Amino acid sequence: MAKLKSPIAKNSRQDKLIPFLSVILGFAVGALIMLVSGFNSFAAYTRLLEGAGLFGNVRRLGGTLLNMTPLILTGLSVAFGMRTGLFNIGASGQMLMGGFGAVAVGILFELPKVIHLPLAVVTALILGALWGMVPGILKSKFNVHEVVVTIMMNWIAVWTVYYFVPLYIRGAFDTESATIRSTASLRTEWLSDLFNGSPVNLGLFIAIAAAIAVWWILEKTTFGYELKAVGLNKDAAKYAGIHVDRNIIFSMMISGALAGLAGATFYLGFTNNIKIGELPMLGFDGIAVALLGMNTPLGVVLSAFLFGFMNAGKGFMQAATGVPNELVQVIMAVIIFFSAATMLIRRWMNHLSKRKEKTQKNLEKGGAQ
Amino acid sequence: MWDMMTSVIPLALTYTAPLLIIALGGLYSERSGVVNIGLEGLMGIGAFAAAIFTVSSQGAFGGATIWLALVVAALAGMLLSFFHALASVSLKADQVISGTAINMFSAAITIYMARWLTGSANIQIRRSFIRTNIPVLSDIPIIGPLLFTRVYLTTYVVFLFILISWFLLYKTKFGLRLRACGENPHSADSMGVNVTMMRYIGVLISGFLAGLGGGIVIMTYSKEFSQLTYNGLGFLALAALIFGKWKPIGILGSSLFFGIAMTISNISVIVPSLRDVPNIFLNTFPYVATLIALVLFSNSSVGPKAAGEPYDVGKR
Repeated sequence: MAKLKSPIAKNSRQDKLIPFLSVILGFAVGALIMLVSGFNSFAAYTRLLEGAGLFGNVRRLGGTLLNMTPLILTGLSVAFGMRTGLFNIGASGQMLMGGFGAVAVGILFELPKVIHLPLAVVTALILGALWGMVPGILKSKFNVHEVVVTIMMNWIAVWTVYYFVPLYIRGAFDTESATIRSTASLRTEWLSDLFNGSPVNLGLFIAIAAAIAVWWILEKTTFGYELKAVGLNKDAAKYAGIHVDRNIIFSMMISGALAGLAGATFYLGFTNNIKIGELPMLGFDGIAVALLGMNTPLGVVLSAFLFGFMNAGKGFMQAATGVPNELVQVIMAVIIFFSAATMLIRRWMNHLSKRKEKTQKNLEKGGAQ
Repeated sequence: MWDMMTSVIPLALTYTAPLLIIALGGLYSERSGVVNIGLEGLMGIGAFAAAIFTVSSQGAFGGATIWLALVVAALAGMLLSFFHALASVSLKADQVISGTAINMFSAAITIYMARWLTGSANIQIRRSFIRTNIPVLSDIPIIGPLLFTRVYLTTYVVFLFILISWFLLYKTKFGLRLRACGENPHSADSMGVNVTMMRYIGVLISGFLAGLGGGIVIMTYSKEFSQLTYNGLGFLALAALIFGKWKPIGILGSSLFFGIAMTISNISVIVPSLRDVPNIFLNTFPYVATLIALVLFSNSSVGPKAAGEPYDVGKR
């Protein structure tokens, strides 16, 4: 009994358990919704896994990796902000601007691949960083809350793309850009061949490299230490001689750059062009990824895998069982809800462990008498 | 000029109405101390509820259908907002994250249900409000053609809510208590105000009004629910709330301002003098204006002081 109660009685252990419980609760609510709407949830979840290639279909597994790629980057973007005490809800806008820059470079320039592709990717990184810099500056110089600014920046990004795409890089329709040149594409033959023709692309390696870079910055550099100090206690950091204002701007820029890279992998590796009037939802999914991954690079990669396979398998699930694919988004929202409302889960766990403790004590008392 | 005004103003009022009522919803929540960025989601679920009610009732309620649809929309918004209240007030969760979850949940569950109930992600309604001229009032010179010609009745409902809210917030005990919970919950608590209950009420009213706003969108100018219903109106309302300095009369002004901006950007293609203005300026105007406003009154903090912080009795 004592062994059973201990894992859920300690706070630090609870912290580690919460993400897993959130996921289980998310899927449970999803199952409940399917039950109410008359679908077979077991069949749906099986098809979801099958559609994501987790039963061995290599091409579908490629789809999972493809979906995972931008999620790692938007997740890292949000997580990086969170670690420094900033809530970047504008990853979508930064991703859109980054993607727009990358697509524009991919269409307008004619260069050999070794120059063209890096140029497009770096453009995305820079545009994302600039889009993140604005909320950073407004926060540090004028004390304007970054959540409001990033929301506004999202919509400014949408309308900026809406204006510039038909004007400079128009495609077959007014509503989308032309297709990028193959020299700017992140897709490679060997990777597609490896996954049986899936559009999984080099972006995956960019994402993994970014995760390692973020880990290195946060854990191994003075700069990262300062950023975390600002995130934990702004006043204490200031007192310790850390330039809080400058760090906030840098942090938002790095966060924006990561989201910009997500745009590069999505638009250069998957869609190959950009549509107007749309805000990519992947930026908001990044919030779920970051929260579930407890804002650590490794956690982000793992939760990006979870959401990546859900996104990859949902189409197959809808086709095979008729369950609307929005179910996956519902599950994600529920997971966010529970990872935000940790007190609920903590209360349950404490309640459970206390009850066990009580029975334990009663047993001991009984034994002593 | 006069011709342009008589075409722009009635249209602007149409766009202003839902924006205003959603912003008013945000006002109640934030004044009680709970930040609500879930307005977009609350608006969306209201829009969905109004659409599905209108389609599935198949005219069983006759002319009352469109009004009942608005009530259903408001109740749906209120129901969803309960979860935001639960998370942010009772469970002391991060209010911004909870609001984000509300937005994501709403955007997904409504399309899920639309597909499940109607087989399609788009719901088109046949019954809706129609533009009318108000008898007698529309004959008044100048303001008649501007304010009482070719209008939706819902617009006046919205203005009525603004008046009621102003009275409620500034002239009643309830309003004082609600605002106290957003400014200094500890003092409010020490004076015997039930902070938890007041915050629940604030969030639920905000859900009610935002849902109603979504219903108005569908039942007046949109007439179709789809993924495109989530076009950022809730976030624009948030901007209107900030721009209007968290005051009913203030958000009336800012919503009208944004409403006119939206109208101008929508009709700019057909108005010769506006055709040459790049649409980027008109479309980004409300958001840029909000950012500028935030910078300008950044020194005088005008928002509710305790908004965003869970109420912790032991913390002073």
